[in-house]
Amino acid sequence: MALDPLRSRRREPDALAEPADAARGTDTEVIREETVKDPWTEGRHTAAIGPWRLALRRLRRNRVALAFLGLFVLLVVICLLAPFYAKHIAHIGPNTNNITGTVNVGGQQKDIVAPDGVPIGPTFTSRYFFGADENGRDLAVRLLYGGRTSLLIGAVATAIIIIFGTLVGLLTGYFRGVVDAILRPFMELIWSFPPVILGVVVGTALALGGLGPIKGNSILIPAFIIGVIYIPYLGKPIRGEVLRLREQDFVDAARVQGMGPWRIMLSEILPNTASTIVVFVPMMLAYAILLEAYLSFLGAGVQPPNSSWGTLISDGITYIQTTPSFALIPGAMLVLTVLSINVVGDGIRDALDPRSQVRIKV
Amino acid sequence: MARFVVRRGISMIALLFATSVVVFAFFELIPSYNPARAIAGRNANATTVAEVSRKFGFDKPIYTQYANTMKLIFTGQVIDYQDDLNVVDQFKQRFPVTLSLVIPAGIFWLVAAILLGSLSAIRAGRIADRAVMVAAILGVSIPVFLLAALLLYLFAYKLPWFPNTGYVTFAQSPTQWAYHLILPWFSIAVLSIGFYSRVLRSNLLDMVNQDFVRTAKAKGLSQRRVFTRHVLRNSLMPIITMFGLDFATLLGGAALVTETVFNLPGVGQYEASAIGNLDVPPILVGAMFTAFFVVIFGALADVLYALLDPRIRLTG
Repeated sequence: MALDPLRSRRREPDALAEPADAARGTDTEVIREETVKDPWTEGRHTAAIGPWRLALRRLRRNRVALAFLGLFVLLVVICLLAPFYAKHIAHIGPNTNNITGTVNVGGQQKDIVAPDGVPIGPTFTSRYFFGADENGRDLAVRLLYGGRTSLLIGAVATAIIIIFGTLVGLLTGYFRGVVDAILRPFMELIWSFPPVILGVVVGTALALGGLGPIKGNSILIPAFIIGVIYIPYLGKPIRGEVLRLREQDFVDAARVQGMGPWRIMLSEILPNTASTIVVFVPMMLAYAILLEAYLSFLGAGVQPPNSSWGTLISDGITYIQTTPSFALIPGAMLVLTVLSINVVGDGIRDALDPRSQVRIKV
Repeated sequence: MARFVVRRGISMIALLFATSVVVFAFFELIPSYNPARAIAGRNANATTVAEVSRKFGFDKPIYTQYANTMKLIFTGQVIDYQDDLNVVDQFKQRFPVTLSLVIPAGIFWLVAAILLGSLSAIRAGRIADRAVMVAAILGVSIPVFLLAALLLYLFAYKLPWFPNTGYVTFAQSPTQWAYHLILPWFSIAVLSIGFYSRVLRSNLLDMVNQDFVRTAKAKGLSQRRVFTRHVLRNSLMPIITMFGLDFATLLGGAALVTETVFNLPGVGQYEASAIGNLDVPPILVGAMFTAFFVVIFGALADVLYALLDPRIRLTG
């Protein structure tokens, strides 16, 4: 059962001090020391350490997680500097074609796109650092702008998942009955399809038709699709927790005090699901970025002229035999980003709840 | 048992119906989607489009269209809009390719996951355990198509050990069949192994402290027997459920990414091209195909549960 940090301080010290995981025995000593100070178990009013601070303290000791957090921040900053790089170093925009131009490599003028249509490989000079694509666009610039797109889609999708997943979980778990009967079939339907197939079908359709006022090639469309697809992946576990929490004494107490259902949900139940939600934020971000790459790879995600890591890998795979860097460099950026989010996410999960087990697969 | 089969049968019919209705209705809701224009071609004039529309019944109300399409699917006569091919025949032709891709990959991945998961549980906290953990987190961070591309580059071009693409049927030459499929098998299986091992590991570690394990030890059973017959057997259930679902969706076409990169003429590749062209009949059949396998493998997983743990009864 999930060990919620917000309730953990009411537990017996032994239950907490017991090594939750054989491999993670190193934590025990410190935890025991902190729980001894606990006013609920000691009956003394020493300063208690809040569960969140306890988690933060555990996270701060996790050097690997901190290193990958640094890497993630670095990658984000690099991608956010895309306009600066385009303007001051590469001197070319992300969507500027340059089929007939030449570039100076080691004192020689070379065609950016050869007469047979094959683009130039990495020059490792300020212009066309990673080479060009078939339209003579600078791949390094597109890589950074593409990273911005991928991260933005990930962030928007994660926001959608967190807000609506929590809402759906709260509503179906608290009201059950009719609300559950209406919302759950939708969740089950989304849940029963593999995310890639569902995303590709919806993405292709919406890229063609747009979505209301949003144009078909807007990057908000993949963000929206990814968000909706993963709502049940958060909604289901939250619902389960709410079902359990709503039977507890503190909820009865709130009800007896005359609190309305909304107030009970928001001020009594929601804070108790906070640690689950916090664990899901990095996980969902990682899965959203990955799913975006899958969709863009299959042509159903980010539409031209925009780029993303997925479209760049998809374009580059044509040249995997001659110039593998076209596919492997955006691939490396993608993997490093997702990996750093996953490692940090694991660190957060371990810090909050050393036993939890959640799974999703793209 | 009879009750179990009946209930699963009903849930399959319900899921197939829901899937087909949703997929069908979804395409009707796209404002710019006009299958008649797609079939008639880019340069067709309005009369041709209207004619095509009448011929395929697109001018009928949506429920009639749905009923007609379902009738065509279940009588095996439905054709795709793109190439006028019989969709059911396409699935029949391509399914052996998907099977030969997915089944060996699935066996490899399940066996490797059980071995590595057991290893990392037995040696929890040591180097082997850490290595599996790193593999697991890498596995969920790398998209399949990138691994496939990397494998192609390394082992088909840089070191020409394996053929780059193509498919040889098992009947033609079993060795060539395996030789052509090794890289695809590997790219499907390897990313999941780490994750499955981690899940199995944590189940095993939970199980070690259970009373029945102590009883088994107290009876004087050997370490090995306690582990295989008692601990492992009871820890397998969660990964069997996971595997059933993953395997079912792979059979239904979720291997489309691998099939696309390695140019294998399987079900997934057909679905991928149909999706790109918004060709509704193959998408519809593909979705129902997946739903079919999801129910079948869900039921199989439950049967396996009951075999592994006699306390569980099949009630549906």
